[in-house]
Amino acid sequence: MSGYSLAELCICSAAEAFRGDGEVLATSIGLVPRLGAGLAKLTFEPGLMITDGEAYLVREPVPVGPRGDYRPKIEGLMTYERVFDLIYKGKRHAMVTPVQVDRFGQMNISIIGDYERPKTALLGVRGYPGNTISNANSMFLPQHTTRAFVAGEVDMVGGIGYNPTRWPNGQQPKHLDLRRIVTNLAVMDFQGPNHAIRVISLHPGVSFDEVQDNTGFELAAVPELSTTPAPTNTQLTLIRERLDPHGLRAGAIPGNPPGVR
Amino acid sequence: MNKTCAIADIANAIESGMTLGIGGWGGRRKPMAVIRELLKTDVRGLTIISYGGPDVGMLASAGKIAKLVFGFVSMDLVPLEAHFRAARQAGAFEVMELDEGMLQLGLKAAAARLPFLPTRVGFGSDVLSANPEIKTIASPYADGETLVAMPALPIDVAVCHVNEADELGNSRITGPDPFFDEWLCRAAGQAFLTTEALVDADAFNDPLTALQMPIERSLVQGVAPAPWGAHPTSCGPKYGMDVEHLRVYSAAAKGGWTDYLERYILGKDLPAYLLEVGGPEAVGALPLPVF
Repeated sequence: MSGYSLAELCICSAAEAFRGDGEVLATSIGLVPRLGAGLAKLTFEPGLMITDGEAYLVREPVPVGPRGDYRPKIEGLMTYERVFDLIYKGKRHAMVTPVQVDRFGQMNISIIGDYERPKTALLGVRGYPGNTISNANSMFLPQHTTRAFVAGEVDMVGGIGYNPTRWPNGQQPKHLDLRRIVTNLAVMDFQGPNHAIRVISLHPGVSFDEVQDNTGFELAAVPELSTTPAPTNTQLTLIRERLDPHGLRAGAIPGNPPGVR
Repeated sequence: MNKTCAIADIANAIESGMTLGIGGWGGRRKPMAVIRELLKTDVRGLTIISYGGPDVGMLASAGKIAKLVFGFVSMDLVPLEAHFRAARQAGAFEVMELDEGMLQLGLKAAAARLPFLPTRVGFGSDVLSANPEIKTIASPYADGETLVAMPALPIDVAVCHVNEADELGNSRITGPDPFFDEWLCRAAGQAFLTTEALVDADAFNDPLTALQMPIERSLVQGVAPAPWGAHPTSCGPKYGMDVEHLRVYSAAAKGGWTDYLERYILGKDLPAYLLEVGGPEAVGALPLPVF
């Protein structure tokens, strides 16, 4: 199988974010995180709990898009109310797509601009404050730009981050656990100095300078920066034939670029 | 005892300045028949508590909201709510923007007649800076942890849409998720239900059926039959979201609100509204949403 799309590379990188999680609820908001969590469950993290996207736990990932004759294989109930109970217990890893992220890992999906009279009203903070203070969180951003990775702080802090000035008594909330950021350019984590955002791999053909130039704050990097591993044939088969048979991933990243430039 | 009433009776129980709690979630199982009825009244200055969808958007464009207590406003398959956005960007109402879990805790505090419930949620975020009325409290136990004291969110009138109800106020939600309807009703001084079907009490005489009945009748003041009454939101397992209609409605946020009101709402009862959107058969044929 030669050739893969950037979306497919990002799906595999998103799957990696769940490695080692064991028996937790993988909440994946957006197509790439959803396919990534499904891929992780079908390959190296069989214990992950996933849902049909509505109210039921399912024992295998539900293919995205029109389901035809496929019926979700229900293994339990996960209504919204139960999701909150589970969040507070911490047995969950959420992968979300914020509109803005800052150097602390703080996330925004609420508004752009002034809070009282926003230039753009989006959704609201949703469950970001509770997610980030209670369980592991990762992110996928399809367009790595300085508009998404902003200088200073995000316009409305929904998801909390490694910003001591905002913590009660200056103490880090004990369950704050930001894991990975997958973008169309690179994979990053929070293991730089004082949890600074650090580039851990560059997608094929991308330079560190390009990532830095598209980020509104200074990035750290691992000493020997590698290239994001290409999807394996097994991964590509699972993505194309089982998880996303209708090819919805073609719309995940503008222009649906190839994985190797 | 017979609690059946008309949809308009529920709208008439809502007075200017009240706090109105609205059931459902985003684009799902919203009591839209009551919302449309409310748009015909001169009620204003409402505080709205909702896991918001087009209920919030319509009330916003109608200028009926003084304050919105919310975690999000979305129509699911149409993610951004155009009417909410326009009003929010214009600063048309005061906001109390909360984490969805904090909103739930506020309802549970009100339901238990408590002043607050403690949580860690809110710390580190702008939810606390944007809502300085939310205070913190020290744990009185050895841990001494500082916690957010999420204040109770008492409601004057709650309105929810259910699949089945009887004239006593017993009700059943057969969709996959009961959402937070129960807690809105518990937090409310008065709760009203609209129902897809008014059924005989015998319909509930079954142990598994009883597991789908989160709202006991003592919470309920009135029940109005409103078949297809959640349209254009979904009411699983009976019908899905009318995405096409939601797009028409969204487009009306840009200067077409008066036309929308006149075509679909003013002077139209529920049967007349349904004819305007294609009739009950068309609504019944709307596919259930896939997420």
